[in-house]
Amino acid sequence: MSLSHAFFAVIRRDLVLALRRRSEIANPLLFFILVITLFPLGIGAQPHLLQAIAPGIIWVSALLAAMLSLDSLFRSDFDDGSLEQILLSPHPTSVLVLAKIIAHWLVTGLPLLIVAPLLAVFLGMPNHSLGILLLTLLLGTPVLSLIGAIGVALTVGLRRGGMILSLLVLPLYVPVLIFAGNAVQMAGSGLPVDAQINILIAILLMALVLAPMPTAAALKMSIN
Amino acid sequence: MFLIPDPVVRFFHRMASPPHFYAFTQRLMPWLVVIFLLLTAAGLYGGLYLAPADYQQGDSYRIIYIHVPSAWMSLFIYVVMAVAGAIGLVWRIKLAEIVAISSAPVGASFTFIALVTGSLWGKPMWGTWWVWDARLTSELILLFLYLGVIGLYGAIDDKRTASRAVAILALVGVVNIPIIHYSVEWWNTLHQGPTVTKMDKPSIHVTMLIPLLLMALSFKFYYLIAMLQRARTELLLRERNAQWVKAMILESK
Repeated sequence: MSLSHAFFAVIRRDLVLALRRRSEIANPLLFFILVITLFPLGIGAQPHLLQAIAPGIIWVSALLAAMLSLDSLFRSDFDDGSLEQILLSPHPTSVLVLAKIIAHWLVTGLPLLIVAPLLAVFLGMPNHSLGILLLTLLLGTPVLSLIGAIGVALTVGLRRGGMILSLLVLPLYVPVLIFAGNAVQMAGSGLPVDAQINILIAILLMALVLAPMPTAAALKMSIN
Repeated sequence: MFLIPDPVVRFFHRMASPPHFYAFTQRLMPWLVVIFLLLTAAGLYGGLYLAPADYQQGDSYRIIYIHVPSAWMSLFIYVVMAVAGAIGLVWRIKLAEIVAISSAPVGASFTFIALVTGSLWGKPMWGTWWVWDARLTSELILLFLYLGVIGLYGAIDDKRTASRAVAILALVGVVNIPIIHYSVEWWNTLHQGPTVTKMDKPSIHVTMLIPLLLMALSFKFYYLIAMLQRARTELLLRERNAQWVKAMILESK
């Protein structure tokens, strides 16, 4: 079996598994929508305030939803032993891990993109910044999955890894949050956002290349 | 290996053995403490008494003698931790792992001190305790990274596995170090630019600079003392079933 075969086989397997357990797709999405609904309720119906902080609300909620969905990335494979099979396979672990991360993003990250415009309209965001919001989510959420994979690989062997995972992962999410939130904010006031988008692309490419390696190393550590 | 002189190699090989490390640091400790006390006394005397007051900030600028060295140390210790962690990861040297994890609490304290002194200075000077500018935020993230390292180490029961996990995390977090270092140059924010590490000529008067450098050096020694004390305790804890620990305890009775 060639490497690309193995790569796509892992993606296909994870997608099939996710489709059989639909709650895994629905949960992060529902969480994302619920958290965003909480903000207008907590702040009160102040359209101007909501409009001003809408990019931040959407991005912070996306961050939390991505973080909560991380646990499903390796958990079931760790429990039933298929993770060990992946590590034992002749192909480089980091490539197979990348396949798992991509599948995970397709299941948990991509749906966020589909509902985000609707929620942005709820919060009264100007229409011309919707495109930038989608673009930042498209570039940013894969980074969240890639960086989160490192954290979840480090803690998958722990019984109470949930709290520690947020401590590990959230500080590393901050750059994405800063640049993405800033880009949407700027787009709202009609300013150019090329610089922020370029930096997000750079972060995404770096994460694509670099993140699978520490993830693979951490998985090897968690298994033994 | 050919580039490194033989005695140096032998020194490092011997330092990697726990009993030798333990005995050597025990003999080293009084010297480190004496040097640290001398440097601190000289630095504080120079900084608080000899150095003139700033023409703009008056006496409140003197907090830099704590703030700036702590901020330098917060970055320095993180790099040391990551390098030691990497050495432990690659060559499985037990002592490198111990040095890495023993550095984390000291580094977190220095980061905390840098943040607190900075905000104490910021209140009279900027009129606010805290601004969300690039350097302050990235330094705060550094504190969270340290806390993550400490938390992860505490969460994993097997300490050798924990050391490897911590090393991977520390290496990933290294991305933050250049961001903090260059944040004041990349983003034009409230925090001032560098005044000491300019290549041509530092924009700080020499009577203020010398105490600052003395304090920076004294903080390095403080780090060595604190880190080695932690490392020795950690070593005893991990090696509690080893022969040399038993022999040492019997000897001391």
